[in-house]
Amino acid sequence: MTPLLGMSGISKTFPGVKALQHVDFSLRSGEIHALLGENGAGKSTLMKILSGVYQKDAGEIRINGETVEIANPKQAEAHGITIIHQEMNLIPGLTVMENIFLGREPANFLGFIDWGEMKRRTEALLKSLGTTIAATDIVSGLSIGEQQMVEIAKALSVETKVLIMDEPTAALTERETECLFAIMRQLAADGVGIIYISHRMEELFALSDRITILRDGTYVGTVETKTAVFDQLIKMMVGRDVTERFPKQTVPIGGEVLRVENLSRPGVLHNITFSVRAGEIVGVAGLMGAGRTEMARAIFGADQADTGAVYVEGQKRTITCPADAIAAGIGLITEDRKHQGLILGLSVGENMTLASLDKCVRGGLICGEAENEVVAEHIEKLKIRTPGAAQLVKNLSGGNQQKVVIAKWLTTCPKVLIMDEPTRGVDVGAKAEIYQIMNMLAAAGVAIIMISSELPEILGMSDRVVVMSQGRIAGELPTREATQEKIMAYAAGGSE
Amino acid sequence: MSEEKKTRFAFVRNLGPLLGLIILCIVLTGMSDRFLTMDNLLNVTRQVSINAVISVGMTLVILTGGIDLSVGSILAFSGSITAGLLSGGQALLPAIAIGVAAGAAMGLVNGLLITRAGIPPFIATLGVMTAARGFTLVYTDGRPITGMQEAFRFLGGGYIAGIPVPVVIMLVIFIAAHIMLTKTKFGRYIYAVGGNEEATRLSGIDTKKILLAVYTLAGLLAGFSGIIMASRLNSAQPTAGAGFELDAIAAVVLGGTSLSGGVGTIGGTLIGALIIGILDNGLNLLNVSSFYQQVAKGVVILLAVYVDKKRKGG
Repeated sequence: MTPLLGMSGISKTFPGVKALQHVDFSLRSGEIHALLGENGAGKSTLMKILSGVYQKDAGEIRINGETVEIANPKQAEAHGITIIHQEMNLIPGLTVMENIFLGREPANFLGFIDWGEMKRRTEALLKSLGTTIAATDIVSGLSIGEQQMVEIAKALSVETKVLIMDEPTAALTERETECLFAIMRQLAADGVGIIYISHRMEELFALSDRITILRDGTYVGTVETKTAVFDQLIKMMVGRDVTERFPKQTVPIGGEVLRVENLSRPGVLHNITFSVRAGEIVGVAGLMGAGRTEMARAIFGADQADTGAVYVEGQKRTITCPADAIAAGIGLITEDRKHQGLILGLSVGENMTLASLDKCVRGGLICGEAENEVVAEHIEKLKIRTPGAAQLVKNLSGGNQQKVVIAKWLTTCPKVLIMDEPTRGVDVGAKAEIYQIMNMLAAAGVAIIMISSELPEILGMSDRVVVMSQGRIAGELPTREATQEKIMAYAAGGSE
Repeated sequence: MSEEKKTRFAFVRNLGPLLGLIILCIVLTGMSDRFLTMDNLLNVTRQVSINAVISVGMTLVILTGGIDLSVGSILAFSGSITAGLLSGGQALLPAIAIGVAAGAAMGLVNGLLITRAGIPPFIATLGVMTAARGFTLVYTDGRPITGMQEAFRFLGGGYIAGIPVPVVIMLVIFIAAHIMLTKTKFGRYIYAVGGNEEATRLSGIDTKKILLAVYTLAGLLAGFSGIIMASRLNSAQPTAGAGFELDAIAAVVLGGTSLSGGVGTIGGTLIGALIIGILDNGLNLLNVSSFYQQVAKGVVILLAVYVDKKRKGG
């Protein structure tokens, strides 16, 4: 049978980088085909060539056996290729239907927009997706998950044969993810070919028919998901054995470092009480919106007006702003690296010393040598892959950016480090390295709070698990007694 | 040391603006034999110094991602206050100090409106621009102030070792600002706030304090330049400085500083101010009518920024 889509020998070079070299890829109609690879493996480049954003240097693209040229996104659309990008491309101030029909609004005989028609068609689309979003809702008022639904509706509003989804679940809640998967299966059953990019291995196994692996811009292989083995996929991706996914080391656990008592904020947090000991990693699990990030920000003084008390090493600390928290020995690695963690236009070194610049100041001036020394030490210690300390941080891969954020907090010598989704958007190799860094910190006696939406990570790296639900601590259990089921029961069920 | 390190700590971020300045000078030297004379060069740099000093403050503000439209009005405000005090018999240094402080106070008001009241910089400084002009007109009753003591003229008209005093002041301020931006915590935080205010705040830095200080400094420098100008003209005009904020913004942008904040150098701004000043001067020497001069200035600014953008975009 001729595949719906065939790409063969695709190559693409950017100045100084061979992004793709002779990559092959094929897609059958009705298939969900996952594309797997570390950041920088070439997945996005390949998809951008397919959707007309980039031009291939060599190779061939066939649709239903016929060779086609895709010179721009418009032509891709004409061939029935639709892409849903990782970053949302909606216009926040417009309504759902205006977004869906942007650039191809139905017109009446006078040439004016036919609002009635637009609304009817939008409602039909939304209904087929099973969402409760209204055609006239303003996009900025929708949750991220709902916005994703709008993107999908937009993709489906044109005749789609090939649907490309680039990490669509990164920002979705569990329920929204389930809903999305149901829709994807339905679309596949209707004959659409779906190319699916995700870092979440569990999802790939649950959803895909085949998996193609890319590494460093080359084609490694394609496997049937049914017969695929986890470790084998990782090895194909990384090019070496990742022996342990969660290299948790047991270190002696010391005395209590952080104690939080009755932390509350009306409508958001309710009587949060827990403690963390030196060398201990406490995993904080919970559904989206359970208040985990809010709790972290409250402890760190990032948001105002909380009641409750925070003790560090037995001493009560009044924390009203991040500077207070840093002085108390608390660091916060935020979940949103690009908007809250890094200053993308500054260098690796400048980002690293931002929270501890005092230590590099001699006689009122920043001492370049002192700063370089600190930066070089941390680049080495955390194995940050960068051409140098002066490299702009925006040019680094996600995993290395995350290490820069971690380094920023290490330079403050924290006693407590709160890590909010520390491995989000980070590839498998870098994940393992970040876990190693957590081990190293724990061994040095740092108390770590790890907020994560990935249960395997929580179970793999924590000494103790705290589960939050609706702004409360719903349950707490030692990791050896914890299972995914127990955690989910607490997370979904609220307080006991 | 990598390429980026070199450029970040260099006085100028890239050589484009400097090249433009040199070409401009060569062309003018070819077209007018009066351009490359000591007299004329001293004259140009003295004229440039007022805009240049304002532009230092504007650079800081733009680096934080803001804008300050009030500097022209603050210039007139401070100049009038100092001139008024002097003509009223106040001693020289206190009169200058009070004028500078008045400018700083106006800048502080900008900062408070932006950080406490949450008004966007464009609107906040637009309001202060209008109000400061009004205060100046009230204070001067709409008339120029004259009759200052002879010693006051040194600031705008004197020489130190053959160099005009305003030029010396300008150079001192530029060197101080360069050191501040590249070598102090405050300078680093200015770039950080402009690059990503939330990430900076979450790194334990009081971003509001940084913004307050930056707008206050911008007001202070605008006020000081107003006093220099009053000294040079030997009178304080209540309408002085109208439109100067735009020249300052143009100088900053010509110098390669990004209007979205976080990227730029103080040396670039000096070159930007020189380009604008020398262009004015050259067109005067060539007897181009002042109407056409404005057209030329506008075209040069657009061209320079376009070329720079093209070059960087690759």
